[in-house]
Amino acid sequence: MIIELGHFALILALAAALIQGSLPMIGAARGDAAWMALARPAAFAQLFFVVFAFCALTHAYVTSDFSVANVVANSHSAKPLLYKITGVWGNHEGSMLLWILILALFGSAVAAFGGNLPPSLRARVLGVQAWIGIGFLTFTLFTSNPFLRVFPAPFDGEDLNPLLQDPGLAFHPPMLYAGYVGFSMAFSFAIAALIEGKVDAAWARWVRPWTLLAWAFLTGGIALGSWWAYYELGWGGWWFWDPVENVSFMPWLLGTALLHSALVVEKRNALKTWTILLAILTFSLSLIGTFIVRSGVLTSVHAFATDPERGFFILVLLALAIGGSLTLFAIRAPSLKSGGLFAPISREGAMVINNLFLAAACAAVFLGTLYPLFLELLTDGEQKVSVGPPFFNATFAPLMVPLVFLMAIGPLLPWKRADLAGALARLKLAALAAVAAALLAWYVSAGGPILAVAALGLAAWLFVGTLVEWADRVKLFRVAPGESWRRARSLPRAAHGMTLAHAGLAVVMAGAIGSSVWKSEVVTNLRPGETVAIAGYDLRFEGVERHAGPNYSADRAAFTVTRDGEAIAVMFPEKRVYAVRAMPTTEAAIRTTLLADLYAVIGDADGQGGWTVRVYYEPLVPWIWVGCLVMVAGGLTSLSDRRLRVGAPHRRDAARAGSRPAAA
Amino acid sequence: MTRKRRRLYVVVAALLVFGSATALVLAALDDSLDLFQSPSQLMASPPPPERGIRLGGLVEEGTVLRSTDGLSVTFRITDGAQSVPVTYQGILPDLFREGQGVITVGTMSAGGTFVAREVLAKHDENYLPREVVDALKESGQWQGDGVK
Repeated sequence: MIIELGHFALILALAAALIQGSLPMIGAARGDAAWMALARPAAFAQLFFVVFAFCALTHAYVTSDFSVANVVANSHSAKPLLYKITGVWGNHEGSMLLWILILALFGSAVAAFGGNLPPSLRARVLGVQAWIGIGFLTFTLFTSNPFLRVFPAPFDGEDLNPLLQDPGLAFHPPMLYAGYVGFSMAFSFAIAALIEGKVDAAWARWVRPWTLLAWAFLTGGIALGSWWAYYELGWGGWWFWDPVENVSFMPWLLGTALLHSALVVEKRNALKTWTILLAILTFSLSLIGTFIVRSGVLTSVHAFATDPERGFFILVLLALAIGGSLTLFAIRAPSLKSGGLFAPISREGAMVINNLFLAAACAAVFLGTLYPLFLELLTDGEQKVSVGPPFFNATFAPLMVPLVFLMAIGPLLPWKRADLAGALARLKLAALAAVAAALLAWYVSAGGPILAVAALGLAAWLFVGTLVEWADRVKLFRVAPGESWRRARSLPRAAHGMTLAHAGLAVVMAGAIGSSVWKSEVVTNLRPGETVAIAGYDLRFEGVERHAGPNYSADRAAFTVTRDGEAIAVMFPEKRVYAVRAMPTTEAAIRTTLLADLYAVIGDADGQGGWTVRVYYEPLVPWIWVGCLVMVAGGLTSLSDRRLRVGAPHRRDAARAGSRPAAA
Repeated sequence: MTRKRRRLYVVVAALLVFGSATALVLAALDDSLDLFQSPSQLMASPPPPERGIRLGGLVEEGTVLRSTDGLSVTFRITDGAQSVPVTYQGILPDLFREGQGVITVGTMSAGGTFVAREVLAKHDENYLPREVVDALKESGQWQGDGVK
């Protein structure tokens, strides 16, 4: 019964979205306040019905209602409760429902907090949001309905893919989706602005917090996914340039560009059309990301079983959303008043450079990801290729080098007109740090690859350069500490946020370089009592024991780790077999010192008492996730800035701010 | 500085960045593409030894041999019509089994053995790599859509 109510609620949500997408839009065109005001209650109603539908499905999972096809295919009564709940979105249909839920949440947030938006803009933003919702609701209801029953109901379910039964992956999809869907806000604002024909500093101030929130979520989601891949897949790698990773990375790259260009719109009233275009493209890539993963167009881990009807629906949706918004852009953009001018060497000039590199990097990743698809279409399926990591390393890395180099300089340049020599002079300390870090890396790695050594120096340059900018602002060590503290507190939160985000990226970069260049690996066959040595550690294989989990059985190996003859840890890598699907998984054992990880996996038994064992030593790898956390913290700090708080900007104030020379 | 002049700077910068990106992409595409081949295609026209190949098919029953140290393994990949011997060093993926679809990435040696540097198996039992399905269909070994 609850399931039928959930299904019905989803249909009602579609009805609410249809109202929200039509009447307020017409109202905005006619200047009818009553019709425009309809958008708010409609958005709340849509949220209510979607929440109801989502709870209904969750209820079916938690109570293991095996008369529901979706539950049968993805759950099992013996599964731990956590994975019963996360199983709701561990499948195609449920993940679509989650997407819709997050979209409705964002829409309601505009309805709730957008009180000071001009009524016509608010009505149009909510209208565009509703159209996105309509697309997803119809897709879900007609091709991916999670509320279908099976008759007769089986006694038990088929279980969730064991790879997904993991805390890291349980929360990866909601984070990632919050990021993808968050960019729908920038998109809706962009489309609404195109319809209104007006983009100004106030508009940018409304867009920025949403973009920042989406960016923080997406950063966290990507980091969580890569962390999961690192410890769960058992290959010791954390980024494979797999299509699925790439499609989440592309919106991140453009979303990062959008964050910066919206700042230029806000402060200098320039780059308006470009920012609108970025908002459209970022969300388009999010849509492509959502669907490409699901549609199985590109071979990947996440591709669920596909059917042609879905694929066609997806293509139509993508064509309408992306084609429609770009057409609107082409028609309306020329009529937007072009903005202010600026000198090449200035903060806004630096932002343009940032945008150029990020867009170029995104284009390179896009090409590499979709090239196999294009080639197959062009050659009628004759030529099947895959683009491997070497492509991305050879294109992405060189584009990042100048970007990171300039990233230390940009924040030191003031708006309007800047003095490059002065900025460079302030970076002496950063240059020194870069050289020192490179020399240290050279010494520690005993003359490792020169490019990697230089790249580590570059990360140090960015890290120290970012801190120098912050230290200059609070006059650290130049005035009394109390005075610096007072200055730091009066500094806008956005400035602290920028410092954190940039420094976090430097940390990620160091981690990425360290772990990919200086990783060492030993694969060997061990009998109990034998020892394998790696990077100064000795791991003694103590043997393997059978061990039973709630819904799996495991071979658990024990390794005693010693360093200089002293036992420091015991590691337990496992090989599990999940009973229901008879599917084996590898559980790596990881011991971290925050400077490096020791990583052990066991393979198969050779039948004569020996086991294949693989051990990695990965320097700096924890920094990747620490750095991502710092970046997310930076985004959230910036978001807490009073000036960015949703509802803070008023169009009149902002117009004044836009016309006077910006002081910040 | 005039408006035109400033716009010129932006355009030149954009051309420079996107031009170098294009150059990088073209250079990289040339030597980092792995061509997908079925065993039949591979036997019909052996590729040059340095060419990266993704060889996909089913692991032939009864051909998986592990070396005594347990580290290297040899097996044959078949599409039903032809089969190719493969050698691989390292731990095989969890779902590597005889009779199952896999993709191996590597190069063809002069001796006619495929030297794999990577072996990819499907991630759950419902999923067969699309390229493998196509290869099986082409050789007439596809058993319908029973396997999703």
